[in-house]
Amino acid sequence: MSHTFQQKEFKATESGANAMPSSQPDFIKIRDFDFFYGDSQVLFDLNLDIPKQKVTAFIGPSGCGKSTLLRNINRMNDLIDGIRHNGDITIDDYSIFDPLLEVISLRKRIGMVFQKSNPFPKSIYENIVYSLRVAGRSKKSELDEVVERSLRGAALWEEVKDRLSESAFGLSGGQMQRLCIARAIANRPEILLMDEPCSALDPIATGKIEELIHRLKEEYTIVIVTHNMQQAARVSDRTAFFYLGKLIEYDETQKIFMNPGQKQTEDYVSGRFG
Amino acid sequence: MSNAKTKPFEKNIRPVGEVWVWVTGVGLAVGLFMICFLLAVIAWNGINFFWPKKIAEITLSEDGRSAFRGEHTLPGVIIQRRNLTPENLSPTDSDLIDLAESNRDYMREMMVFTGNRDLFATQNFAFLNMGDIESVAFPDDLIRIERNQWGDAIGRPIAIRTADGNEITADTTDFIKTLRMKVDEVRDRRAEIIRIERRQMGRINSFINREELEIRYLRGLRDPSAAQVVELDQRLQRVEELRAELEPLSHASAALRARQNETQFVFEVVGGVIREQPLGDIINFYFPNKMSLTQRFGWFCWKIWEFLSEHPREANTEGGIFPALFGTFVMTVLMSLAVTPFGVLAAVYLREYAKQGPLVSSVRISINNLAGVPSIVFGVFGLGFFIHEVGAVIDTLFYPRMVAINTPVFGTGGILWASLTLALMTVPVVIVATEEALAAVSRGVREGSLACGASKWQTIQRLVLPAASPGILTGLILAMARGAGEVAPLLLVGVMALAPSLPIDDIFPFVHLDRKFMHLGFHIYIVALHSPDTEATKPLVFASTLVLILLVIVLNLGAIMIRNHLRRKLQSSAF
Repeated sequence: MSHTFQQKEFKATESGANAMPSSQPDFIKIRDFDFFYGDSQVLFDLNLDIPKQKVTAFIGPSGCGKSTLLRNINRMNDLIDGIRHNGDITIDDYSIFDPLLEVISLRKRIGMVFQKSNPFPKSIYENIVYSLRVAGRSKKSELDEVVERSLRGAALWEEVKDRLSESAFGLSGGQMQRLCIARAIANRPEILLMDEPCSALDPIATGKIEELIHRLKEEYTIVIVTHNMQQAARVSDRTAFFYLGKLIEYDETQKIFMNPGQKQTEDYVSGRFG
Repeated sequence: MSNAKTKPFEKNIRPVGEVWVWVTGVGLAVGLFMICFLLAVIAWNGINFFWPKKIAEITLSEDGRSAFRGEHTLPGVIIQRRNLTPENLSPTDSDLIDLAESNRDYMREMMVFTGNRDLFATQNFAFLNMGDIESVAFPDDLIRIERNQWGDAIGRPIAIRTADGNEITADTTDFIKTLRMKVDEVRDRRAEIIRIERRQMGRINSFINREELEIRYLRGLRDPSAAQVVELDQRLQRVEELRAELEPLSHASAALRARQNETQFVFEVVGGVIREQPLGDIINFYFPNKMSLTQRFGWFCWKIWEFLSEHPREANTEGGIFPALFGTFVMTVLMSLAVTPFGVLAAVYLREYAKQGPLVSSVRISINNLAGVPSIVFGVFGLGFFIHEVGAVIDTLFYPRMVAINTPVFGTGGILWASLTLALMTVPVVIVATEEALAAVSRGVREGSLACGASKWQTIQRLVLPAASPGILTGLILAMARGAGEVAPLLLVGVMALAPSLPIDDIFPFVHLDRKFMHLGFHIYIVALHSPDTEATKPLVFASTLVLILLVIVLNLGAIMIRNHLRRKLQSSAF
């Protein structure tokens, strides 16, 4: 959806990535949000506040709309024809649906990691610096520095530092997914969206990524969609349970898993349905 | 233990479904067989054309019916032997049926290439009844001479007669050496003449032609301005200067030409018929019966090179095919340059930007149908649109003087219009292939790119197009394969049976997009159907066809190699 009129850069916040975690402001606010694919409504009247520098997990059975909601936060759903929404999502009190908003500047502030790792058919180095290159930054020293920082951030540096110019397709599945995480954080976004990042990985690779998430939340606001209840319990601070497009319960993770307020939530987290 | 009888499995009498394996396999086999057979026929006949064939000396019985011009021995190359059928005999030959009862050879016929078209009333072939043939020998001293005119000569050498009347007879020891020396001398002199006439004089003549067109325009003016009068004078002056430059060159070439025919080569054709052949017309000679296998092979390779690199002679019935080969190559490359960006841009819009719906679907169907439009229709379009509209506009804008004297530059057929017409014809192939290649680029990669903050165009440019490039090249390969061999549309937009100059040469501006050109496909058509003796040019047709096929294969291999290179890059390393 291109905007024909004058486009605004998405405003960078003063209280950027280094704000004190204790403040925990509600960073992403979802208000009365309905979402439609053509005529069928998939999200119903969602209200949800996602705090800064915390890990928020979306859980729920397949088709409950958790991925759809996640993909609305960086407007990835724009790619699909015939979508429609009511309500609003704001980041830092700025509506992401503002018609004056340049969607590219929004996505520059939000990194995304997909369910299926999707490295580009390029070298490891070029994969990492892609977001900088498309932003027109091509100073060699800056790129080198970003590559090292991002790969270290994604705990991949030691494994690939000697073969940065080789194809990303030569990496193992777990390495590819960490490369995608490194790529997502290369441009220092504020928010990191993860859409079932471990669903295609073995337990060891999953463990590494979970460790990574723990470290990354010091710097980023992370929203993770997962099917794996244990994973949600392990990595997240808050958990939202969705069912059939509705938000059933949203609370501290501990509370959701130990003492859920809703019968449906209890059934789901204890594995009685799903 | 249960007593119930278990039902046995059904016996497999006939393998279910297996018959379809056979049917489909046969379908494939028939197709492959036809293609292989076609290629084998073309390759065999084409290659055969270059192989030096032995000359037979055929002796006919004295009382036989098929004396050859009153003579009973004749040299020639045996082309084929074939059976006569009683139905095809003329009434006067009906006694052959009776004769055949004692000797079956009377019902067989031998086709012999005799050459010497100048002596035999432009006939290249003799048909001899095999019952009349007494003996066939292959004497070592028979010579085959390639000439500038009248095709090949076959005979038995007698002597070389030099300008001062000296004769070196064939029985002297170094006769062949002397003949080789003389022929080489003539050949070098011919090369010099060609260099002078075609290159130097041709260059000056092309300048004169340009000046003369301008002069024609200036002279045709009703009331020329003062400046135009001055210009006319200047141009006349310039033509004079150019003519003066031409003078010594034409003298030089005339002098060389005069020396060409000083020496005569004397040989015996049939029986007692003696022919004096001026050496100037002799291009090459060989004694095929004397050649060893390695010599034959050397000759074979030389002939192939000659065929590819020489200009045609004698209205395309002899000599090489270089201008046609070059024209086809240049046209195909120009076509590829035009069709690729055009097709790729169209496909990118259709697949990436256009909102998919009934309109886009119908556009897509129309493009697919465009690929099925008969090629001559594109020729008509090229003539009507490119030549008569675009070409006329270009001429009025940039060559108003040429329009005034009715000498169109781009307003007539030329290699540019031919290439564009073929590009138009092949663009659907490129669009379809590109669309498929674009569609095959995974959604994950696109989403990943957009999530990195790339715009749609950046995604297409940096990821989608490179990933699709092997598929795009596949489309280009298909387009070239179709375009390179296409003849029908070219007839309308600038192909020529015999073009005076190449589309690329050393005269400014070097690439002449307005020039008419020769094309292998059209060359094949002309040689096969529009030459005086189509039987004699048949081997030439096969050879040209083989070259056309090889050219298409070479162009395709080039594109395939680029594609594989891209694929490897895409899979293994950075780009």
